[in-house]
Amino acid sequence: MRALPVGDDALLVEVSSGEEAQALHTELLRRRAEGTLSVREIVPAARTVLLDGLADPARLASELTTSEVPPVPRRARAAVELPVRYDGPDLADVAAHWGVSPREVARIHAGTEFSVAFCGFAPGFGYLTGLPQRYDVPRRATPRTAVPAGAVALAGPYTGVYPRSSPGGWQLIGTTDSVLWDHTRVPAALLSPGTRVRFVPVGSS
Amino acid sequence: MTDRALSVVRAGALTTVQDLGRPGHAHLGVPRSGALDGPAAALVNRLVGNAPEAAVLETTLNGCTVRPRSTVTVAVGGAPCRVTVDGRPVPWGAPVRVPAGSLLDVGAADSGVRGYVGVSGGVAVEPVLGSRSTDLLSGLGPPPLTDGTVLPLGTPTGLHARVDVAPQPAPPAELVLRVTLGPRDDWFTPRAVRAFTSRVYRVSPASNRIGLRTEGPALERALARELPSEGVVLGAVQVPPDGRPVVFLADHPTTGGYPVIAVVRAADLPAAAQAIPGTPVRFVAVRRR
Repeated sequence: MRALPVGDDALLVEVSSGEEAQALHTELLRRRAEGTLSVREIVPAARTVLLDGLADPARLASELTTSEVPPVPRRARAAVELPVRYDGPDLADVAAHWGVSPREVARIHAGTEFSVAFCGFAPGFGYLTGLPQRYDVPRRATPRTAVPAGAVALAGPYTGVYPRSSPGGWQLIGTTDSVLWDHTRVPAALLSPGTRVRFVPVGSS
Repeated sequence: MTDRALSVVRAGALTTVQDLGRPGHAHLGVPRSGALDGPAAALVNRLVGNAPEAAVLETTLNGCTVRPRSTVTVAVGGAPCRVTVDGRPVPWGAPVRVPAGSLLDVGAADSGVRGYVGVSGGVAVEPVLGSRSTDLLSGLGPPPLTDGTVLPLGTPTGLHARVDVAPQPAPPAELVLRVTLGPRDDWFTPRAVRAFTSRVYRVSPASNRIGLRTEGPALERALARELPSEGVVLGAVQVPPDGRPVVFLADHPTTGGYPVIAVVRAADLPAAAQAIPGTPVRFVAVRRR
């Protein structure tokens, strides 16, 4: 673990894997909840956790680099279930990458338990991990100018669901009717870092 | 709607509602947003007797024209400009009474970029995640003003300030941004880091509320590999593949995959909000506090 200073009041804590980043994020949330960590933003990402708005970043940096981070406990909380139709326009391309049939892509994807590694790109867009590394796929060579809301997509090691229509370069494998982001709802984001997610196939019309 | 409202007669190039923004949601991909020139927004609120968190209008280059439906106190600050009520000049940077139905015109900026219009009671659009700010990156908050928009106003709670004019910093002729290097300065060649902190850049016309883009020497990377997405802070100087530094402003994305060579001191960002395209920019490395 390496803690890099960012400006005057932030720290970027770098770890060696996505799992470690999730474990560190969980631990930092625990410390904030118990009142031993005062910080404005805790932003997990692929291999890092950013802490922004710290009173004494140098002290926390030295403390973190000498402390043990417990692995993420298996939480009792149920996974969020997202009904999905595996009808995306890139399903055949993904199947070709994986060397399986499109139907098998759906079976593998729906049989995986995901967790939200981090959010970004747009409010409520989660980067979900869980698929084994052999199922990594590249982004599309040419991004689409408009990906519809609810599109279930793959890129690199991640699965994501577009909370609203936006340009995007991910491989689209399906569609969900779940509302990922609604600012009038509490919480606004259906998925936040650490949320466990399962995709549940529904009949494709 | 009650008569506590503002009708927008001329929206201007880009006029948005801004307050202190919505920090605390970066982990959900929600930008902080809020007024780019925070001290100017705070000042106009103080001048009209509003609390610091009241929402104001932020104009861009050519001001805006509004007609309050009830008598209000307004103050215009930020970029200096001509201000009139029903065609008659009134002071800039001071509280001004605007009678119900009168036309308040905030003229084009004489210098600087962003004007702030504080109105007694504050702009009272429905908050989103605790803020009324327009976020141009993710589309949260009210959309930018258009001609004919009617904005509700809150109830005035305080007395307006008893001042004739409040001093405000002039928009910068040269933008000097103090930076602390890192977290990814080691992704650049030593020569590039020297160029970054010694050469002169210029503000690019492609700048917006998301970032202050610059034109100048391209910064050469020492590491060619891809950087996994990581959280970024306000004031981060990100270097995209074209090598030209971009200073992240209030509507910046919460994570990014290009290396951040340095971070601008928060106290220097209001001046960045007022630097017109073409303004020389110098990044000066300072020690971390």
